[in-house]
Amino acid sequence: MVEHDVIIVGAGLAGLRAAVELADTVDVAVITKVYPTRSHSGAAQGGIAAVLKNADPEDSLESHMFDTVKGSDYLGDQDAIEILINEAPENIYELEHMGCPFSRFPDGKLAQRPFGGHSKPRAVFAADITGHAILHTLYEQCVKKKVRFYSEFYMISIFVRDGVMRGLMAYDLKTGRIEVFNTKAVLFATGGYGRAFKITSNAHANTGDGLSVVLKAGLEIEDMEFVQFHPTGLYKHGILLSEACRGEGAYLLNDLGERFMQRYALKMMELAPRDVVSRSIQQEIDEGRGIGKKDYVHLDLRHLGAERILERLPQVYEIARDYLGVDATKEPVPIQPTAHYSMGGIPTDIYGRVIFGVDKQVIKGFYAAGECACVSVHGANRLGTNSLLEAVVFGRRSARTIKEDLSKLKREPIPKEDIEKEKKFVDSLFDGESKENVAKIKAELQETMTKKCGVFRTESELKEALEKIRELQKRFKQVRIRDKGTVFNTDFVDVLEVSHLLDFSEVIVLGALERKESRGAHYRKDYPKRDDANWLKHTLARRVDGEIKLYYKPVVITKFQPMERKY
Amino acid sequence: MKKVFRIMRFDPERDSKPRYVEYEVDVNEEMTVLDVLHEIKANMDGSLSFRRSCRSAICGSCAMNIAGKNRLACNTQVVELKKDLITIRPLNGFRIIKDLVVDFDSFFRKLEKVIPYIINKTPPPEKERLQSPEDFKKIEQFTMCILCGSCTSSCPSLWFNSEYLGPSAFVKAYRFYADSRDEGKAERLEAVSDESTGVWRCHVVFNCFSACPKSIDTTYAINQLKKAAIKGGKK
Repeated sequence: MVEHDVIIVGAGLAGLRAAVELADTVDVAVITKVYPTRSHSGAAQGGIAAVLKNADPEDSLESHMFDTVKGSDYLGDQDAIEILINEAPENIYELEHMGCPFSRFPDGKLAQRPFGGHSKPRAVFAADITGHAILHTLYEQCVKKKVRFYSEFYMISIFVRDGVMRGLMAYDLKTGRIEVFNTKAVLFATGGYGRAFKITSNAHANTGDGLSVVLKAGLEIEDMEFVQFHPTGLYKHGILLSEACRGEGAYLLNDLGERFMQRYALKMMELAPRDVVSRSIQQEIDEGRGIGKKDYVHLDLRHLGAERILERLPQVYEIARDYLGVDATKEPVPIQPTAHYSMGGIPTDIYGRVIFGVDKQVIKGFYAAGECACVSVHGANRLGTNSLLEAVVFGRRSARTIKEDLSKLKREPIPKEDIEKEKKFVDSLFDGESKENVAKIKAELQETMTKKCGVFRTESELKEALEKIRELQKRFKQVRIRDKGTVFNTDFVDVLEVSHLLDFSEVIVLGALERKESRGAHYRKDYPKRDDANWLKHTLARRVDGEIKLYYKPVVITKFQPMERKY
Repeated sequence: MKKVFRIMRFDPERDSKPRYVEYEVDVNEEMTVLDVLHEIKANMDGSLSFRRSCRSAICGSCAMNIAGKNRLACNTQVVELKKDLITIRPLNGFRIIKDLVVDFDSFFRKLEKVIPYIINKTPPPEKERLQSPEDFKKIEQFTMCILCGSCTSSCPSLWFNSEYLGPSAFVKAYRFYADSRDEGKAERLEAVSDESTGVWRCHVVFNCFSACPKSIDTTYAINQLKKAAIKGGKK
């Protein structure tokens, strides 16, 4: 049994920011399934939002807040959003002071550029490797502060009893050992769940482990039906091509060479929020105006000129060249919407404490931050550049809460039978020959989610998706780990990951099926209007006697009453 | 089209030394080497182990030796290798844990030795520290390093001296050395100029530069550190 006062699970932006905050004064360790610098925060490209007024002195906190609330289609909790926006500038300056290499204006200040759904240019950026730049900066600070990392440890389960977090169990890939960690506090920073989809910008590792583990422990997950589809995924691959392309001025073109966004968002055009742009692209494709009548449209950067493309969007240029053989300075790039961001997650209060139920009971010693959490600052649709911001702001906030709470927290024992139960579960996965192919189950799930629970949804397709998921869950019971070794058994990790995908995908589909309205990223063709009278509320899902039950809790509305959303 | 992938396998619980296993895979024009590895793992041998995550050349997980050169599996297109028999081996110069997975702990420990974080002796201003676009340009390409290990693994100096810090650590050192905001130049030069493990063990064979999947001018960074170290009386 390993003991630490605080365990952070996940080493992306939220986890590392929290670790930096805690390392000086607290016994903290970070468990991560990949080496910290391999975390998927590093793939974020375009920027991180803050009202610094470097590009436009007219920008204001109020404007950033309103844009975010409107972007969320009024489902974001406004108390949390206000914190996000107000704390943004100091968090960005802090990152700069840590040495983060951000791009600059000629006067030496941090450069800022326009981004979708933001009414002012407020995206601070490092060319188009902003996530990478911040991730490495935070890792460097962790090295400086000698943070204890358990790299390539894969969390298997958590131990929560009587509303108290006690610790967790993890598989150490390198040694092959299963370790139990007993702690006073656990912070989840486990990232998103985009890998439930076939076409996705997400890393292979983004299998939403934290969400499913929480569900298994009898706790709740919130707003899972809200999955963001990024408008510009590289055709067939789904790899992200930053919104910064359009921030810098790129066009979206259909088969007729039209800038079709004029039909959908005349004012903001290509810089409308992602849900709006993704739907527009999908509609063009569905109505036969995809390029060559196929399932993609063009992202055209050519008019920006080679110099600007190579300076501001070097990674985008590389990706188009290496994966499709397209020279973005000379040809338009084929793109399609791609599952990108998870608005839903583990419900927390504005201090980062995990909460449970409509009455928001606090789970003692359990915290969550970043994409795996649902605080909820993004509501039904996240604005670009607000996710890195959330990870940093709420990573720091949750760490500060933990520091305050720690004197009141004890290291509660983990009952032996709980550990035995988990170990038995692991043994059962190794026991016997596999009668089902885990990779095939995963592929069928991803295909189903992209086809039937994607940009546009209908009751009949969602029902088909649900049926398919339940069939796959049944088949999964026949899956066994084929690799019987103990060291670096990635087959073992794959099997657990697929079990997670199957678990929370059911919740995504159930939430989508039940939500009979269209709001943000959740669009029901059979209920195309937003319905504030019935659906201005968050979905909570919990497993009761083996079945998923949905509950609802109200949205926190402070400054901005819901209005029609037009761009 | 069918191609044969000759993959170095090593199971620490069964093998005394690595062995090669050949897999015939039907590949199409769009497949990357990573896709092929996934195909083999999914349908031919579930025990094949390799690292991967982002599959867009930014996380640095899947560096391996493919057809004789260190590359990222995720952005290497199979057809562009123009070979029918493709050999895949783990990164050279690192201890093999299993199959294509090598031990990166020493790699990250070496990184820690070059003081891989900004040093400021003056308190920060209320807002950002200013930096001109020209000064940002001086460090930009070196901030793009994804710590994949391709460069360090390709360096003959490492093969003969496992304690050699290696190009990746030097790129990190130079990224801070050249940063107009950094105030730790002397300490950092000290850290990279050890006679047996420091920059002097670089003999400028350009293997690291040739191996870098992000086209970082690693050799330039090392040479700059050498020049500065000489000027600073470190040699």
